[in-house]
Amino acid sequence: MTLSPLLIIMIGVIGLLGAGFYGLLVSRNLIKIVVALQVLVKAALVGLIAAGNYNGQINLAQSLALTVIIADTIVAVMGIALGVQIRRHMGTLDVRELSKLKG
Amino acid sequence: MLPFALTAVSVVFAILAIQAKRLMTSAIWLAGVSALLSIVFYLLGAHLVAVVELSVGAGLVTVLFAFAISVAGDDAIDMQPVINRPLGIGIAVLFVLVLFFYAAQAGYTPAASPELESSLGEVLWQERGLDMLVQIVLIFSGVLGLLGLLAEAKAPLEGSVAEEISARRERDLNKMESQLSEPQEVSK
Repeated sequence: MTLSPLLIIMIGVIGLLGAGFYGLLVSRNLIKIVVALQVLVKAALVGLIAAGNYNGQINLAQSLALTVIIADTIVAVMGIALGVQIRRHMGTLDVRELSKLKG
Repeated sequence: MLPFALTAVSVVFAILAIQAKRLMTSAIWLAGVSALLSIVFYLLGAHLVAVVELSVGAGLVTVLFAFAISVAGDDAIDMQPVINRPLGIGIAVLFVLVLFFYAAQAGYTPAASPELESSLGEVLWQERGLDMLVQIVLIFSGVLGLLGLLAEAKAPLEGSVAEEISARRERDLNKMESQLSEPQEVSK
């Protein structure tokens, strides 16, 4: 197996995906979960740009990456706002505590 | 060689962001990941995305995190994780290995004769015009959702809305009647 430049970048992408996935698995704090989601999306962005660079279609990749960045930012903003409201109303950011609440 | 090294360092930063005990530290490591990746994007030729990632990913999102942490409080997170850490690491490593297996299997052969690509403006506004529309809708819905979420709750109504309206109408009628009766009393 030869390590082509794209494969080397893809190894980095897979590392980022692994870090984000691990964060989603072990985090109980709502804001920490948003951080893990951000890491996952950044991995997808690097993959898109690397693929575009490799295929000689960097402008298409940039256009798609821009859409992903905007969607990702909206997700982060909404997640953070939800976290703040949950903290105000329930006094905790712990996901496990939230799932115990009945009402 | 630089993009590969920067991507590797960004993976380390991402792991530190996930492992950090304090939320603010985590947000700062995440900003570091964004900044490094924006350099990678620039080196790979995606100049527009590099600028947007640096300003939005490393700037705006970090400021939002700082705002949220200042409102919600930066408690040192000493919670037990949802699943055991060793089990989590095992599942994540398995996930990485499976992905690596598929990535290594795929043949990376660049297009033999790459088509002449349109300029960024044409791609962005003409070929992917629908994407731009969707982005505008997303931004509006995001802003509206944020306003709805962060709005202070109003004092709750005592009864139902209909009762509230009828009570207000009665109060208005009484007021008008009293105003009408007052001049008659004066004339008497």
